[in-house]
Amino acid sequence: MTRRSVLGAGGLLAFLLLWEAIARSGLIEATLLPAPSRLPATFFSEVSLGFWHAMVFASLNHYLIGLVSGSVLGVIVGGSVALFPTVDATQSWLARLLRPIPPLAWIPFAIIWFGISETAAAFIIAIGVFWINYFTAYAAVRAVDPDLVELAASFGHRSLGARLRKVILPAAAPGILSGLRAGLGQGWMTVVAAELFGITGIGQRMNEAAGLLATEVVIVYMLTIALLYGVSDMIFVAVQNRVLRWQR
Amino acid sequence: MAAIVELKDIAATFPGAAQPVFADIDMAVERGEFVIVVGASGAGKSTLLRVIAGLLEPSAGHIAHDIEKRPDRREIAMVFQEARLMPWRKVADNVALGLEGLDVSKSERDRRIADALRLVGLADFGDRWAHELSGGQRQRVGIARGLAVDPDLLLMDEPFGALDAITRQTLQDELLRIWNETGKSILFVTHDIDEAVYLGDRVLLLGGAPARIVRNYEVGAPRPRSREGEEVGRVGAQVKADLSSLFDQGGGI
Ligand SMILES: Nc1ncnc2c1ncn2[C@@H]1O[C@H](COP(=O)(O)OP(=O)(O)OP(=O)(O)O)[C@@H](O)[C@H]1O
Ligand SMILES: [Mg+2]
Repeated sequence: MTRRSVLGAGGLLAFLLLWEAIARSGLIEATLLPAPSRLPATFFSEVSLGFWHAMVFASLNHYLIGLVSGSVLGVIVGGSVALFPTVDATQSWLARLLRPIPPLAWIPFAIIWFGISETAAAFIIAIGVFWINYFTAYAAVRAVDPDLVELAASFGHRSLGARLRKVILPAAAPGILSGLRAGLGQGWMTVVAAELFGITGIGQRMNEAAGLLATEVVIVYMLTIALLYGVSDMIFVAVQNRVLRWQR
Repeated sequence: MAAIVELKDIAATFPGAAQPVFADIDMAVERGEFVIVVGASGAGKSTLLRVIAGLLEPSAGHIAHDIEKRPDRREIAMVFQEARLMPWRKVADNVALGLEGLDVSKSERDRRIADALRLVGLADFGDRWAHELSGGQRQRVGIARGLAVDPDLLLMDEPFGALDAITRQTLQDELLRIWNETGKSILFVTHDIDEAVYLGDRVLLLGGAPARIVRNYEVGAPRPRSREGEEVGRVGAQVKADLSSLFDQGGGI
């Protein structure tokens, strides 16, 4: 183990001990701050009652649908805007108008359009993810070295398809991938917020538990989100490193 | 001999520029000819090659290519002034760029890549990433990429600029050998007058603002040439003298 990971583990342990000590000291009421030692039992009861996997599954479902559709659309629209000046000019004011609207501000319309449904949650997630990918894909495609585009043209790769395949996509890949990764995180943030409005999932279960002051249940799901985010980010970084192994 | 490419009254103007980079350019490269272009920095040599390669529309004039199209080779290949390697491709895949889209079998393709890399002294470097090469090695990959497509007309923009004297001489002789064996036509830009008169059948001097072809020198020396040959030395001295008087007239910086 490196010195860095020893210190990291030590810091985490110290935090948990301090938390446990404060919770046990009675200074703070147990419902306001449940002791971490109570969490494993809470977790197992959530699992045995069947809530945990049902909620995780529901949230993952919204998350993945929203993430994939928002990412795909964001990259395609952002990339096209960067490639075609006419498209860019046509949408520039529209993008300026819509962009500042926070994803959660779409909740009323999401519910009016789709009801309290999976689709509504996925829609809200997709909006947040869309804008992140729109901007990073736009910047990444704009930054492609025109000399390399000219190089490809001089060796016969002149059509839009050839340009995309031979130069633009590989050159923009680092930027696009970092946008996808940022969207991955943004998606987890909106998934919970969207579910607070009653769409089945982790957020809804947290809201329920908070209403009953079952704060240890809330914390179990907070940690669940951290875990899911951590795992998905780790998987993504592994894929990213593989795709970008040409970078120094 | 028929011209492989012929330029008539060609001018090039960049958008927003007050005057063209060059104008009234009349020149031709005959089939199998080795033509050199010299001129001060900024004179328009790279721009001229881009126009001939079809990468830049001339603002005036007419350009005629007479090259038979063949499915397994490219008519024109350009060796750019900068290496212009794709960092996401291994060296061999960079050399393969122009072969993609040509009708060559996998084995033929691999053979051509290996040959081209061997010619530039990088036989063992195919599996490296571009950023793992030195500047001169990167430039040589750019040369290999141009050679691999077996072009009829090879446009070379200061291809040996970043190389040490010995490597440069070796590659000059390799290029002469390829030219001799394949009958390619070559248009070659350089700042090195000794290189120009050693390699070229003719040397074109580009100068003025807008630039024109100020002079056309025939290098009559028979081949194989000696670098210290009398004719080579005489033409070289003439080109150097004209370049510096052009520079004094304000054609330079
Ligand atoms: N893309 C461009 N846009 C505007 N001006 C350009 C562009 N490329 C070149 N120029 C200008 O055109 C002129 C000729 O440039 P060019 O690159 O052809 O010169 P060169 O003779 O190759 O010089 P060097 O020997 O330094 O390579 C220069 O004044 C340059 O500033
Ligand atoms: Mg140049």
